[in-house]
Amino acid sequence: MTHRVLSHLERLEGEAIHILREVAGQCTNPALLFSGGKDSVVLLRLAEKAFRPGRFPFPLVHIDTGHNYAEVIDFRDRRAAELGEKLIVRTLDESIAKGRIVLRSATESRNRHQSVTLLDTVEEFEFDALIGGARRDEEKARAKERVFSFRDEFGQWDPKNQRPELWNLYNARIHKGEHMRAFPISNWTELDVWQYIAEEGLELPEIYFAHEREVVELPGGALLPVTDLTPIPAGKSSVRRSVRFRTVGDISCTAPVLSEARTVEDIIKETATTEITERGATRLDDQTSEASMEQRKKEGYF
Amino acid sequence: MEKQITPQRHQGHEGAPRKEQEKDKEAFLGASLVPSSLGGGIPDNGLLRFITCGSVDDGKSTLIGRLLYDSKAILADAMDALAKSSRKRGLEEVDLSLLTDGLSAEREQGITIDVAYRYFSTGTRKYILADAPGHEQYTRNMVTGASTADLAIVLIDARKGVLPQTRRHTTLAHLMGLRHIVVAVNKMDLVDYDQAVFSTIQAQVGAFASKLGIPQLHFIPLSALKGDMVVDRGERLDWYQGPTLMELLESIELDSSEQDQPFRFPVQLVCRPRTEELIDYRGYQGRVESGRIKPGDAITVQPSGARSRVRRIELYGKELPEAVAGQSVTLLLEDEVDISRGDLIASAEHAPVPTRSLTATLAWLGEKPLSSTGRLVLRHGTREVRTKVGEIESRLDLEALEPVPVEDVAMNDIVTVTLKLQGPIAPDAHTVLRSGGSFILIDEATHNTVAAGLVLEPEYL
Ligand SMILES: Nc1nc2c(ncn2[C@@H]2O[C@H](COP(=O)(O)OP(=O)(O)O)[C@@H](O)[C@H]2O)c(=O)[nH]1
Ligand SMILES: [Mg+2]
Repeated sequence: MTHRVLSHLERLEGEAIHILREVAGQCTNPALLFSGGKDSVVLLRLAEKAFRPGRFPFPLVHIDTGHNYAEVIDFRDRRAAELGEKLIVRTLDESIAKGRIVLRSATESRNRHQSVTLLDTVEEFEFDALIGGARRDEEKARAKERVFSFRDEFGQWDPKNQRPELWNLYNARIHKGEHMRAFPISNWTELDVWQYIAEEGLELPEIYFAHEREVVELPGGALLPVTDLTPIPAGKSSVRRSVRFRTVGDISCTAPVLSEARTVEDIIKETATTEITERGATRLDDQTSEASMEQRKKEGYF
Repeated sequence: MEKQITPQRHQGHEGAPRKEQEKDKEAFLGASLVPSSLGGGIPDNGLLRFITCGSVDDGKSTLIGRLLYDSKAILADAMDALAKSSRKRGLEEVDLSLLTDGLSAEREQGITIDVAYRYFSTGTRKYILADAPGHEQYTRNMVTGASTADLAIVLIDARKGVLPQTRRHTTLAHLMGLRHIVVAVNKMDLVDYDQAVFSTIQAQVGAFASKLGIPQLHFIPLSALKGDMVVDRGERLDWYQGPTLMELLESIELDSSEQDQPFRFPVQLVCRPRTEELIDYRGYQGRVESGRIKPGDAITVQPSGARSRVRRIELYGKELPEAVAGQSVTLLLEDEVDISRGDLIASAEHAPVPTRSLTATLAWLGEKPLSSTGRLVLRHGTREVRTKVGEIESRLDLEALEPVPVEDVAMNDIVTVTLKLQGPIAPDAHTVLRSGGSFILIDEATHNTVAAGLVLEPEYL
């Protein structure tokens, strides 16, 4: 018999859709984390493939640090509206107003504080599963995480004691107050994501593509975008460069990279030949310690 | 010439080999994106998942580092970080095992606790590799990594030969349904690249593999540390004529024979939008676990035994002419049949038969023995039923590789048991169908997954 060898993207897609449907089949009150970033844009298309012509069996949730690029927030709202799916937004500003989060300075990075708002949101809606767009190739602690990853009643991950996960027989059982995190695109690389975006013709926020931007060149090569939150440091000066963002997150800790790539195809070429990892290039927060992502994940981070 | 790994050498990557690889990669990408214009005739050679296993310190993490490093899959900043943490640990050379030992506890103790997944591509094939822990105590993590792999590399330290964990991991890789097992005799540099050492180990492994009924093994002598026979051949193993490890990985036939197997489709969800236009729409959503299906094919639903034909196959509104193993789709049937999550749609010609009792092999992963677990739930495909262990027939003794009598089942035991089920499931023998023949046991009290199960023979009702 003739065989149809599935391409690697078809395999990854088949796996991701299966995972999304398992969340829907096993959990009673899940939610999908949607930030407007490229990984969560891919998740939405996979959810369409998993559940259409039905509606999504979960709402979309965004934890808004209040430090996001306006284009991304506009895109987030538009995309949710186009899909006709429910979007729940919870903001760090609310958590700060309630005293759940105390900032030590007004411009401090809010990235780490997201865990508080996230876990409060889980409690508020009694979510028993959160679907996220994290990938194992992003970072070494993520590389160790299960597809269905258990969180105790404090929202914590215990990396030394993960449940066995066999074949594709996922076990999402929990006790009340605990929850699951499910990562359908665990096995996708940055390149896979871009290839999928190209194949599916997915729209993304503009800042993923090369554009002129005022930045400060920091020692070591990182580019600091000049914004209200991240003004030009004393004694430095800014320059205009053609840049794009490889990840989109909290303004205070996401940096663009030099790039001329104006189309998805250009980005694919750049991604295939880059010398720098996604987080290495763009996250100003992960470099402080070898274990900082692991630490944040233990505390309940995405 | 000694191949030392230093960050300087990595910068040498900007030379010719790297460029070559970039070209390949671009051609590969072009091939899957826009076939005619950028193709370059390089096909997308699919996705291979493999795992490295074996005893502690046999060199699993080092081998993975070597594979990634020599195939230029470690990016410059990751290499810098690696060099930095190696220096921090007082090492002269870059310790490639630090690439996958990503948890702080692992780095502190210098061991691997849980599987780490890494991703790389060679220009023609994409790889997902899992680095498994060697300690017996973390066997369940090794089993986790093996369960989704197509191929296992079992490492053996040339100086030590076959160790208990070598036998355990080889047995488990075989049980978990991996079709290819590569025995990599590592650290050949420490035995003067002596062919006799390699041959002795080859004979040792061959003997126990045939006892386990493993049909075929590949043997490769190598040095993960020095790089011989991993990606490059090196010059010191000239008596070995076979492929390098990388050549073997590139040429292994990806198993699309799963498409020739009987069609199995565990139903995950039933889609009933109940909107005005779709008032009668009933789509059965799931993944093709084995075989293939096209409109018109006759199907049987188990355990009810209801029959129908496939009317239409859909994915996101698009009609598909066919779906094959690995694809997630929606099936629409010709008749109104009562089907819900937990049911299995199978080919009518080769339908599995429902049963309420099984003989099965269990790899026991729970920390507590069987005698002190809560009530057990068996999960097969998307179906869950309560189960009780009837008889514990035997335990596989990993020294003698023979069944021995046993009273209770403890962590890491591989046992043969009979199971009684509260309701029917429709399994296949695991030797025939990897997916249809596997299940898990969940402890209802803790919700932990406590065993990986393999159906030996369904006893038909
Ligand atoms: N001489 C030599 N040492 C090796 C080789 N492969 C691994 N090692 C060393 O063996 C030790 C254990 O290696 P590691 O990769 O951590 O083993 P694992 O426990 O199987 O992951 C480390 O000190 C390695 O440097 C090899 O081919 N030759
Ligand atoms: Mg290791």
